Amino acid sequence: MTGLESEMGKDRSAFIKWVDDRFPWTETMRYHVTEYYASKNFNWWYIFGVLAMVILVIQFVTGIFLTMNYKPSAAEAFASIEYIMRDVEWGWLIRYMHSTGASFLFIVVYLHMFRAMLYGSYKKPRELIWIIGMLIFFVLFAEAFAGYLLPWGQMSYWGAQVIISLFGAIPFVGEALVEWIRGDYAISDITLNRFFAFHVALLPLVFVGLIFLHIVALHHVGSNNPDGVEIKEHKGADGVPLDGIAFHPYHTSKDLVGIIVFLMIFSAVVFFAPDMGGYFLEHANFEPANTMATPEHIAPAWYFTPFYAILRAVPDKLWGTILFGASVLLPAFLPWLDRSRVKSIRYRGWMYKLALTIFVVSIVVLGWLGLQPAEGIYVPLARIFSIFYFSFFILMPYYTTIDKTKPVPDRVVYNA
Amino acid sequence: MHKTTSIGSALFFAVFLVTSGLNAATEIELQPANNDPDDIQSLQRGARNFMNYCSGCHSAKYVRFNTIGRDLEISEKQMIENLMFNADKTFDTIQVTMPVEDSARWFGTSPPDLSLIARSRGVDYIYNFLKDFYLDPGSPTGVDNRVLAGTSMPHILWELQGYQNAIFSVDEDGVQHLDRFEAVTAGTMSSDQYDGFVRDTVNFLAYISEPIRSTRRALGVKVLMFLVFFLVLATMLKKQIWKDVT
Repeated sequence: MTGLESEMGKDRSAFIKWVDDRFPWTETMRYHVTEYYASKNFNWWYIFGVLAMVILVIQFVTGIFLTMNYKPSAAEAFASIEYIMRDVEWGWLIRYMHSTGASFLFIVVYLHMFRAMLYGSYKKPRELIWIIGMLIFFVLFAEAFAGYLLPWGQMSYWGAQVIISLFGAIPFVGEALVEWIRGDYAISDITLNRFFAFHVALLPLVFVGLIFLHIVALHHVGSNNPDGVEIKEHKGADGVPLDGIAFHPYHTSKDLVGIIVFLMIFSAVVFFAPDMGGYFLEHANFEPANTMATPEHIAPAWYFTPFYAILRAVPDKLWGTILFGASVLLPAFLPWLDRSRVKSIRYRGWMYKLALTIFVVSIVVLGWLGLQPAEGIYVPLARIFSIFYFSFFILMPYYTTIDKTKPVPDRVVYNA
Repeated sequence: MHKTTSIGSALFFAVFLVTSGLNAATEIELQPANNDPDDIQSLQRGARNFMNYCSGCHSAKYVRFNTIGRDLEISEKQMIENLMFNADKTFDTIQVTMPVEDSARWFGTSPPDLSLIARSRGVDYIYNFLKDFYLDPGSPTGVDNRVLAGTSMPHILWELQGYQNAIFSVDEDGVQHLDRFEAVTAGTMSSDQYDGFVRDTVNFLAYISEPIRSTRRALGVKVLMFLVFFLVLATMLKKQIWKDVT
């Protein structure tokens, strides 16, 4: 502490000194903000982490206000949402921000993950950041799924019915497990109540904890960059990486621009197309849940559909569920599946570039197929693209080993 | 931006756009309703139509009279005299006159609440539904509907539209197609007048499904204008701070 104190200058207020003697305030701010050095050559792919944080804050704030008027009961849930939309002051805005925020959080998180795949951000020494990130992704799945039941519309009810029944495919314990999750013999008021508890209390707590760990791990090893060069290997006399610039004010001022651009897109949806043509708010969900009438066509929310398409591609329920689980879990193993000597796609050979392209095309096509009924040409298409999806991961140790790489520069490429 | 990265991102969005466009196909052909949500007079006529022809059997239980009055520029007096047939207070919601038990017994199903019908089914669907009743002697109500085959709803607007027959044709696969309608009895309205009547009604249904719509859009313009201004400031700030990054 003494070394740090002498550096702190005379203008430091007595109050901060008082705090610093009792709590590492200045030290923490320096470590994480003003003296956290990240590469100066970040491109726009690097905005999605901070955007995920922005959306998370939006979800927390709007969520708290929604909770003040929402009624987690099968008899009242649907009507309470309409009450929020029509009678609560600014309720419509709060609700649209929350529903739009859910979809945008997935868009941003998917792009954030894709960034890591472009530049090999999951590779050594950042494996734990990736693993913690995958855990956040799983919690996000659960959080979105629980939240989707709460409006108690037709799609809420029947979507949950389909997904929860998947657990029934597990041998021996399946049926008992399904009952245990629902807390009833069918999806009911009891299920709604416990999903509400998960959505507003349990899962947000886990979220905050995991995000904290994600950032601690990131700041410990330092951020990757589009060249996949370790900037800590070239430090100046002052110990600062030569290609690094402080998170604040450099990256924060740049992120602010990105955040505003994001808010413009976000607002355009909230104010002019909150349904997003039935993708963000599904048409069928404007009808209250009816346990007696199955909708003609049940599709989960768009962010689940790539995995849902894989599930339906398999004719056997148990194997479908296994492959569904595998498709979600596989990305967690990327740090060990990827044997390439280079991190960034800039210095990889054609094989990885081709594989990644096929992967992106597969996941988008599967996402679209998941929204279609499982019939006709859609079934063989889903099978073909499921095979592509899995091949990307399973063949990765092979093609990343033999793929020709280009020499990686010592320092990052940056043109001011 | 680096070449591979830009190609990658362009591809990502291109595939997304193409596939989302493909999803638009629907099974039943629908004529566009072409309603204008900003046409207050059309909405007022729609409110009159709704209260006179729909509200006997259909509730709109999330919709308050005073909300309609405020948004459609209908005074409290006009509202009470012309629209509130079975409501006491202007803050009441539109409740159904017909007891649910009776309707369920008469029609086999209770007429649905119409508060959100325009959002769950779409305006085009309702527009076509209200226009496409045709005579079917085999049905308990004497009519069927092109858009919703086997509907329990009678053709309550027959006085206005008149009755029509459906002309079917059979294709080479033996599948029956509804080709066109042929008037059997004339209604009190011409075909164009009836289209206008239905369009106004549908417009009103679209309005009650989201009364806040026009406020939302007006506010959106202001929010975006503010963000553009904020973006200029933030960009200048970023440029200033990044001056010494080389």
